[in-house]
Amino acid sequence: MTTAVSPPSPYSSALGKPNIEVHTLSVLVDNEPGVLARVVGLFSGRGYNIESLTVAEVVHETHLSRITIVTSGTPEAIEQIRHQLERLVPIHKVIDLTLIERAIERELAMIKVRGKGDHRVEALRLADAFRARVIDATIESFIFELTGTSDKIDQFVELMRPIGLVEVSRTGIAAISRGPDAI
Amino acid sequence: MTKQMTGAEMVVQALKDQGVETLFGYPGGAVLPIYDAIFHQNSVRHVLVRHEQGAAHAAEGFARSTGRVGVLLVTSGPGATNAITGLTDALMDSIPIVCITGQVPTHLIGSDAFQECDTVGITRHCTKHNYLVKRIEDLPRILHEAFYVASSGRPGPVVIDIPKDVQFATGTYSGPRNVQHKTYRPQLKAEAGKLKQALDMMLKARRPVFYTGGGVINSGRVAATLLRELVQLTGFPITSTLMGLGAFPASGKQWLGMLGMHGTFEANNAMHDCDLMIAVGARFDDRITGRLDAFSPGSRKIHVDIDPSSINKNVKVDLGIIGDCAHVLEDLIALWRSSGAAAAQRPVLTPWWQQIETWRSVKSLSFRASETLIKPQYAVQRLYELTKSRDTYITTEVGQHQMWAAQHYHFEEPNRWMTSGGLGTMGYGLPAAIGVQMAHPKALVVDIAGEASILMNMQEMSTAVQYRLPVKIFILNNEYMGMVRQWQELLHGGRYSESYSEALPDFVKLAEAYGAHGIRCTLPGDLDAAIMEMIETPKAVIFDCIVDKTENCFPMIPSGKAHNEMILGDAADVGSVIDEKGKMLV
Repeated sequence: MTTAVSPPSPYSSALGKPNIEVHTLSVLVDNEPGVLARVVGLFSGRGYNIESLTVAEVVHETHLSRITIVTSGTPEAIEQIRHQLERLVPIHKVIDLTLIERAIERELAMIKVRGKGDHRVEALRLADAFRARVIDATIESFIFELTGTSDKIDQFVELMRPIGLVEVSRTGIAAISRGPDAI
Repeated sequence: MTKQMTGAEMVVQALKDQGVETLFGYPGGAVLPIYDAIFHQNSVRHVLVRHEQGAAHAAEGFARSTGRVGVLLVTSGPGATNAITGLTDALMDSIPIVCITGQVPTHLIGSDAFQECDTVGITRHCTKHNYLVKRIEDLPRILHEAFYVASSGRPGPVVIDIPKDVQFATGTYSGPRNVQHKTYRPQLKAEAGKLKQALDMMLKARRPVFYTGGGVINSGRVAATLLRELVQLTGFPITSTLMGLGAFPASGKQWLGMLGMHGTFEANNAMHDCDLMIAVGARFDDRITGRLDAFSPGSRKIHVDIDPSSINKNVKVDLGIIGDCAHVLEDLIALWRSSGAAAAQRPVLTPWWQQIETWRSVKSLSFRASETLIKPQYAVQRLYELTKSRDTYITTEVGQHQMWAAQHYHFEEPNRWMTSGGLGTMGYGLPAAIGVQMAHPKALVVDIAGEASILMNMQEMSTAVQYRLPVKIFILNNEYMGMVRQWQELLHGGRYSESYSEALPDFVKLAEAYGAHGIRCTLPGDLDAAIMEMIETPKAVIFDCIVDKTENCFPMIPSGKAHNEMILGDAADVGSVIDEKGKMLV
């Protein structure tokens, strides 16, 4: 008898397997009521993962919004996610930026740190090293604004933890392809 | 054409402009203005159903049997929620329907008003697309767009939720010609390179099989004609899903019968052993594939589908071709003809056909006949023999009777077979038959039913009687939810938990109570005469066909097994065939 191999399901059952990849999708949509619910509902209904999601209108005249979704799954699952997104009627275009070389991903974070004395000095020194800006300050706290890759933000947040990290607000990833052309 | 009118009048005008002659619905507070507009005109006929689920299935039946968009009109709140099952059914089977729902006035939305529900929220997952119309200016565009979206690409249900104040508001109506959807343009023509690749694969194949589905029927009559031509040209065998029956004639020599869980031995073995599978408008559903990792292990696979997300969803294929079936088939025919190698093809297929004939000789659909009990398969066979020369349309409910109908009723033409495939909705058949009969008033429309399923939408008998629709309900009555009982027998040690149809009504009296005609038949010898009586009765008939209570539906691919592990009717102990993993499956 042959040992049963699980079917190559593109769905959540396949998640947690070794060949899980993280991909960033750029989705251009009509900014109409319910469009975000359609996208999010597709992910929950079909058992896909959302690791990060950002959305904003990018062309006001035509009400075009750009959604950036970071998702994880097997390559087959991610291809399936892309096609399922393309089926949604208000969606213009779905691009897997991870498949395009040299796409740029950035995230913005605001990080609140509390502390006095040496801790304040250390926080400012590290902020300087990470090119974080102080956007609010009190006698016993700073709020830093930091833009960069998610890794860089993670790293900065970890460094702030022993110094007196209070809370973090992050935007999630925005991404764009390099070069002169639009997606 | 532009004209000032109210929102309610726009709805009716748009239906006219879209060529809608029949609409199924049920009135209520939030759609009264539209019903008033209906009252003032004669070109759109409204059919009053008895439950909104019935309206949705009737619209589906209408759509499937005509290839046009089916339309229903229901009120807010419970009207909309009752229609959900039908909308989901249409989504799963890719049936084009437009559902217009009333909504509480815009200023009350979100206030938990009487008969308010979040219709667009609830239906987002069970429609291809939906709209909430908040401004009268958007209404004409949305009405026409809805028909376009429902019927283009992979068809499906579309909901238009119209608040009552928008129905009363006055605005400028514009006709369908002025409307073009901003973004939605499904790809119809396939890429030439991929077609060429497909041809090369087809020319090299030694054990090919066509596996076709509902997409061929959705693509239109011309797709079925082209399919027949291509199958004939290539000499390849062909099987079809439940949804695709009729696209290729069952009397054709190359026809292997339906495939899948209750498909024929020859169809499933051909799928398993082929070296080239050509899937056209089919979606590799779990009822078709059985155990995925053992699905047709040695074959290369071509998948033609209008929906890119269908390709590589369940089964990884070697060549995915995105396009409409009719366009792709037409191009493949032209390529095949110009290849010149066509005539040489037949001899190389001879060993394959010989193999298929040995599978065929198993006669997997055979059953033990009885002198005293009506076997359900025999009942369907007799129904087929006595109705095949007529203009007949068949609908079904869901369960054993549905599979027996698919196995033993043979279809020569598309759009003649209406059944709930993807969702498996008990209660589908009677309202669907009403929809079919409205579209084809002179045809013979038979709902092959089970006694359990039919009770789920029995109220629609009133609709049939009201509109003098002579639909025939042919109940294979075994006093059990037969498919549930079969699975309990096979998988749960014969513990028939809640699957016995206790306290059944007397269907003959029930028919009479509705003003229809009732017939009961219990003996095989009486069956033909009783069926003839049913056919010749010029009004709705409930035919209570008392069949063998313990008959099981075979052949069968047990859950979790591969195509070549089918069990035939005389298998001793099916329960022992299915392992623990298989029992987890549905």
